[in-house]
Amino acid sequence: MYFLEAKEITKRYANHLALNKVSIGVPKQSIFGLLGPNGAGKTSLIRIINQITAPDEGMMFFNGEHLKPHHAQKIGYLPEERGLYKKMKVGEQAMYLAQLKGVDKQTARKKLHEWFEKFEIEAWWERKVEELSKGMQQKIQFVVTVIHNPELLIFDEPFSGFDPINVNLIKEEILNLREKGATILFSTHNMASVEELCDHIALIHNSEKILDGAVDEIKRQYRSHTFELILDNLKFDHKAIIPSDFNILSENTTSFGEKIIKIQSEDIVDSNKLIEEILPKATIISFKEILPTMNEIFIQQVQSENMNDQLKGTHFKTLSQKQA
Amino acid sequence: MNKTMLILQREYLTRVKKKSFIIMTFLGPLLMASLMIVPVVLASLSDISKKNIAVLDETNWFSEKFESGDNMIFIPVFDSFAIEKQNILEGKYDALLYIPQPELNVPNNAELFSLKQSSLTLRTYVRNVMKTEVENRKLVASGIDPRVIKESKTSINILTIRLDEDGSESKSFTEVQVILGLLTSILIYFFIFLFGSQVMRGVIEEKTSRIIEVIVSSVRPFQLMMGKITGIALVGLTQFFLWIILTLGIYGLFVALFGSEVMNAQQAAASGSFLNQTISEEQTLTSQSIAQVFEVIHSIDFGVIIFGFLFYFIAGYLLYAALFAAIGSAVDNEADTQQFMLPVSLPLILGIVVSNFVVNNPDGSIAFWLSMFPLTSPVLMMVRLPFGVPYWELALSMTLLVIGFLFTTWLAAKIYRTGILMYGKKVNYKEVWKWLRY
Repeated sequence: MYFLEAKEITKRYANHLALNKVSIGVPKQSIFGLLGPNGAGKTSLIRIINQITAPDEGMMFFNGEHLKPHHAQKIGYLPEERGLYKKMKVGEQAMYLAQLKGVDKQTARKKLHEWFEKFEIEAWWERKVEELSKGMQQKIQFVVTVIHNPELLIFDEPFSGFDPINVNLIKEEILNLREKGATILFSTHNMASVEELCDHIALIHNSEKILDGAVDEIKRQYRSHTFELILDNLKFDHKAIIPSDFNILSENTTSFGEKIIKIQSEDIVDSNKLIEEILPKATIISFKEILPTMNEIFIQQVQSENMNDQLKGTHFKTLSQKQA
Repeated sequence: MNKTMLILQREYLTRVKKKSFIIMTFLGPLLMASLMIVPVVLASLSDISKKNIAVLDETNWFSEKFESGDNMIFIPVFDSFAIEKQNILEGKYDALLYIPQPELNVPNNAELFSLKQSSLTLRTYVRNVMKTEVENRKLVASGIDPRVIKESKTSINILTIRLDEDGSESKSFTEVQVILGLLTSILIYFFIFLFGSQVMRGVIEEKTSRIIEVIVSSVRPFQLMMGKITGIALVGLTQFFLWIILTLGIYGLFVALFGSEVMNAQQAAASGSFLNQTISEEQTLTSQSIAQVFEVIHSIDFGVIIFGFLFYFIAGYLLYAALFAAIGSAVDNEADTQQFMLPVSLPLILGIVVSNFVVNNPDGSIAFWLSMFPLTSPVLMMVRLPFGVPYWELALSMTLLVIGFLFTTWLAAKIYRTGILMYGKKVNYKEVWKWLRY
């Protein structure tokens, strides 16, 4: 059973379709990546999960129940476009936002002080928000997102605006929260962090879901049968060593005289067989299959969808190169 | 509803704690109180202490006519002018009034000597006494009894009486009603604009600082809007009541501290102890008018006016605040509000402009219709109210205002919930119309 489930969600705005029968399932205690180019419909979906807007069709389930307003207190949301009241004091503001999420005053104060200590921002309690740098404000925002121990956390581009040290701090906290039982949905363009954190993903493009599943499975599914070999003591020329049904993609020699060879096959490869063939002809220092990165899958999928759309002559939309 | 209370609390507290609010709260009453106090202070400043005035009257016409009052004591002196002048320098008297023997037969000159600038009251009094005496003597010389002249003076006083439908009479004195009507309607006008635009700025602030998305993921947009509107209404009411209390407080404190002097000054002004000779019909007329004003004030139904004022004050604000909130949600910054502000503020401005005509004809058809139309009724019904408005008209106007308020709130909520999430788009009326139909 999924902790959060969207079933055939459709959302229309006056002049365009934002989501077209999108279904996703987020398993409990997983980190789920919601991917897609700008304008694909991610924010629309996130707003529906947060009940900021309502879907025109389809159903949302939260922990097996129909999503209702009272679930809002169990959701923590860090939007991409975020801000705080500039003229308000940090502590006062954090207290206010925590109380809006249903935390009572005493608990809110106690827990906020704990978090502020952890993030080493205790000294800012009495400061006005406008006096703080953007990175500092982001930390406060992260704290108020998680202060009510939400069961579901939604992060929209959580790492933007942080320096590398704080990115690590936030990553650790996200993993920590998952340890403690939270389910995390996060939307990002940063594919490196997807590979690092996400268990599952869904790729949305032009209002439709075009791909979803566990990250490992997707990678396997899109494997290109590419291998990287590092060989030494070659008895023949490397072309003679590699079986003929492989294409040689690249070949380099290291300063120690070792050969790094990248090969690709059209068909499924039995790697044991490949090793057996090479073994008598060279010393194998390293052998590994190269799985596609999420970045490559993302670009490949989005581009092929665009091609399809062009072929079908339906809503043609150029994908901004920034995504690629 | 607990969350609406939280929002209300924040909106209220952040504004009430602002320096500008605190400064305004104290500055307003100080200004008001000083308007009441300064005239009294000025009056009391003019010679409260007793003054001895030596009168050297070479003509012998007037010495008997000057009457000593509480503040001034006239002492006839008979030494030569030079000696008396010396006495002043030595401080024997506060002032010396020297009336020299005229070169012709009628005295029309007097000289007032004192070390300090002599007060206006003294000069006016001396002039009046001398003038009356000289005139009387001239009349007698021409064979006319001064009493005849006095008795022939007439003043006309028109009493306006309003006949109610049931035949009962109520004295009306339009000036009172005009002032009351215009004052209350202008107060409502300012309140709506001042605090309505605060609602608008608050919404824009939330939108531009991008905190809005976090908040609407915790509460419904409608709760946020209503919390903001009522929170700011309470700020306005707090300021209003603080102004009244502080104004009265400052005035009361002043009276308590300087009470006796104020009383003296007022007595001095009112008693006319040394002006009684010159009391003319004009004064009797004024005192008559004052009595009439009081009578009219008593005849005005203050219960209805206070109730009406509070009702139109609050309901009018609520109606407009919802519209202001909708405007705030539709734009990205304050500069873009212009195109939407105009149609919203037009009815209010129209109300104030028309109010000047309505006071002349408070029961006319323009007055009637504009005091029914919810966008203008908060201003115009207040103008009409002191003149007396049939209860059914009042009830109808209030009902329409409540309906209008519910309608604008409904309308505003629809614009608001879409507008607050809309960024970087130049919004026009066509766009807003689309939002309404989502």
